[in-house]
Amino acid sequence: MNPFTNIPQHVEEALEKWQAPRRNFLKSAGLFVVSFGAAGISPLVTEADAQTGTPQTAGPYPDIDFHQLDSWIVVHQDNTATFYVGKTDCGQGTGTSFRQLMSDELDIAFEKTTCIMGSTDITVDQGGSGGSTAMERDAWPMRRAAAEARRVLLEMGSAQLGVPVDQLTVSDCVITAKGDASKRVTYGQLIGGKRFNVTLTGANINAATGTAKVKTVQEHKYTGQSPQRYDIPAKVDGSLKWAVDVKLPGMVHARNVKPPFAGAKLIGIDESSVRGMPGFIKVLSKGNYVAVVCEREEQAINASRQLKTNWEKPAKAPFPASDDLFDYIRSAEPTSATAPIIVGNPDTAFAAAPKLLEADYEIPFQGHTAISPAHAMADPSNGQMTVYSNDMKSYGMRRGVATFLGMPRENVRVVWMEGPQGFGRTAADDAGCEAAWLAKELGRPVRVQWMRNEETAWDTKAPAFAVKMRGGLDAAGRLVAYDFNARALDYNHVGYNEPDTVLIAQLMGIRKANPDKGSASTPSEMYAIPNRRMATEVVSLPLIWETPLRTGNLRDPNGPQSTFASESFIDELAAAAKADPYEFRLNLLKADTKDDSAFRRARSIAVLEAVAKAYGWDSRPSPRPRGAGNILTGRGIAYAFRGSTIAAEIAEVEVNRQTGHVWAKRLVCAHDCGLIVNPQSLRHTVECAMLHSLSRAIHEEVRFDTEKVISVDWNSHPTLTHADTPASIEVVLVNGDPNPNRPDLPPYGAGETACKPMLAAIANAIYDATGVRLRRLPFRDARVLAALNAARV
Amino acid sequence: MSNTTLKVNGRTHTLDVEPSTPLLYILRNDLGLQGPRFGCGLGQCGVCTVIVNGQAIRSCITPVSSVKSEITTLEGLSTQGKLHPLQQAWIDEQVPQCGFCQNGQIMTAKALLDKNPNPTDAQIRDGMNRTLCRCMTYYRIQAAIKRAAKTIADARPAAEKEVVA
Repeated sequence: MNPFTNIPQHVEEALEKWQAPRRNFLKSAGLFVVSFGAAGISPLVTEADAQTGTPQTAGPYPDIDFHQLDSWIVVHQDNTATFYVGKTDCGQGTGTSFRQLMSDELDIAFEKTTCIMGSTDITVDQGGSGGSTAMERDAWPMRRAAAEARRVLLEMGSAQLGVPVDQLTVSDCVITAKGDASKRVTYGQLIGGKRFNVTLTGANINAATGTAKVKTVQEHKYTGQSPQRYDIPAKVDGSLKWAVDVKLPGMVHARNVKPPFAGAKLIGIDESSVRGMPGFIKVLSKGNYVAVVCEREEQAINASRQLKTNWEKPAKAPFPASDDLFDYIRSAEPTSATAPIIVGNPDTAFAAAPKLLEADYEIPFQGHTAISPAHAMADPSNGQMTVYSNDMKSYGMRRGVATFLGMPRENVRVVWMEGPQGFGRTAADDAGCEAAWLAKELGRPVRVQWMRNEETAWDTKAPAFAVKMRGGLDAAGRLVAYDFNARALDYNHVGYNEPDTVLIAQLMGIRKANPDKGSASTPSEMYAIPNRRMATEVVSLPLIWETPLRTGNLRDPNGPQSTFASESFIDELAAAAKADPYEFRLNLLKADTKDDSAFRRARSIAVLEAVAKAYGWDSRPSPRPRGAGNILTGRGIAYAFRGSTIAAEIAEVEVNRQTGHVWAKRLVCAHDCGLIVNPQSLRHTVECAMLHSLSRAIHEEVRFDTEKVISVDWNSHPTLTHADTPASIEVVLVNGDPNPNRPDLPPYGAGETACKPMLAAIANAIYDATGVRLRRLPFRDARVLAALNAARV
Repeated sequence: MSNTTLKVNGRTHTLDVEPSTPLLYILRNDLGLQGPRFGCGLGQCGVCTVIVNGQAIRSCITPVSSVKSEITTLEGLSTQGKLHPLQQAWIDEQVPQCGFCQNGQIMTAKALLDKNPNPTDAQIRDGMNRTLCRCMTYYRIQAAIKRAAKTIADARPAAEKEVVA
């Protein structure tokens, strides 16, 4: 522990490990005393301050100026470099990929670089993680900054060596005159530990650039390779300090006492029920927010369970029971509706179509249910507020905490550390604001962590959907009329660390003036259907504040729901046309030749063909002739894009007709996200995204009665397990660009697309195996068995 | 409160703690260990797993006073600075996504392989089944367990292998 900065020992150690070479140079260079204006403190200076404990590190913490090249890159005297990026890595290996891209642009060996992410006082604000934007959007300013650093270093080398820039080559930090190897100078000799003092241009951080051009795809050395992720060793040997591990002198532990019923009003707290308990410090409460603070963690847990509180139930039921949810959605008055997207003349086409199909699909609320409940530590020392957090949008948390506490932003910093999977949950990070409020009230560092039942019941939920689909086939079995109508229970969708939607704010009675109107998405495919209508509506539950059924963003917030309906229905249409479901889709893609700027039609066709080939698809309509044994086997296909990334997936399932149990035995995905930075990280991300949706397909549902959520742990809210794991998963990486070798092939996002098709692929495979169409998620054994029995399978 | 003696990863500690305190909080907050972590507090997910007497146990529901034998945590798996074959397999297979659950996965796999050095796929699925991962890295975990089993078998002295055969 540095007594001046309150940076915990482990952070010091980590910084030391990363920064030792640079720090040693800084010492000899005497740069510690350099001070700068309120805006634009580079990591160089902050690190120096961290070393000496000057007031700047004790706070305040001005924004890092993205227009300064020094804010992005520090080259050390020993020809190593540290990259500072405004992102967080939720476990997909983005930090490693940033290093690959930036190493290529800077011309430095990948192994000689490190990447520091997400802490708001030493990195620029790129927003953290979200929307699968890491490679697609946020890597661009990093690459341009690294290219600019290389350009500046070449100019410095040119001046030092007396050789024109165009007569120089550079390899792994060594600049050499062409034809005269004796004339050489290294990056470390030119800039080691010193500032570039180069200003970038660009109206915003995404546009930040120097004058250097980034390299072509053909010039990449590390991009496209699979170096191992740098974060993994410390995750398997126990040495990583996670956000849950932060310890500070004088720290105390807090646990929340949540309302026992949604919308309950706190009537009274009997503090005497816990006052004599070991380690008890205080009950802190405001509005309907209640927390118990104790010296030790287990004491806080015990006291929070022991504390007697009185609550008044709301006058009317906050929501229907989960069993009645879809009737409620269909009968509710929409709070908003989008203007329908209309192609051709759907009404006329439906009237003329000889074969009509109609189907309703139902997707319940599904939660994040992260493996670790929400947690954070906040330290109020020095009149500042430091939050140690795994918030994937740490910069947003900083703004949210500052507003919530009424503190200037400059007095708040968020130290980002690793935590459980992000997927949107930690962007709506409740614990950060709770820890900060408790720390401010107590004047001591406070660590707060939710318990499992709190997290599973009260985390943010993916909106529930009811989707009505209609289709019309002509006499030849072609799809000529199509109608998609989705209703999402998504009114008052919570934002990212907003001081007026984060749960503690809601419980304290804070209300956003205009609740977010929510949204539902339309299908994302390139099918050429001559007459089409797509419309979406949002409906609201009776209770929208202080409810455990808060909707938020869960990994492609409503793509899986829409795609479950749309890609299941395409299969129903194919079956009605007695067509092979793969060929039916391919024909719909090929029915038009017009493409968009990302070539999504050509790439969709390439991906669909690739997945069929990898699987060994044989042409036949679904369902297959039903087998005689207990185990029925089938295959299902589905496809979707998200943004410009395309995924097609095939699931092969076994359905046990005695138990209703579904096992996805084999999964195949073909995936095109443009330029691939790290194939191995990409494959693993895609595998896990598919399995995440497999879990949503066969297990996950938020269950509730008319007062509270009743799925509160891993028994009442089951998840995918080892036993559910497919025997085989194949990921085929496709480059379906019409000009696959173009030097400017861009990377597209890869974190979420593969989540989309899997729900329908499983439903389609169950249909292929059994002839029974399941339109209500999840496909738990009892629901499948009931459907099989009803169909006399 | 009372004095409790715990042997953890080869070191003995005497602590003045409430006997009913779950072992997890002692390991994390008194002994500064970070391998075992809180996931559910109900013994359902496995994130808090440590090994006692060759058994993978859930430290979040284990009263500290009930533990009489040496405890091994993730930090104690490596020997003389060399990673356990399971840890190395986890790196070679690049198993983790976020990695938060992997303590439980590795420790459960350790107990599994110690009892059954050459498990079948079905035995791996069965032995690991209540150890949850919400990033869904199961496929890679199972591959890493097989890889580690092979590494351990290959490292065994030839004579011992013959006996086993």
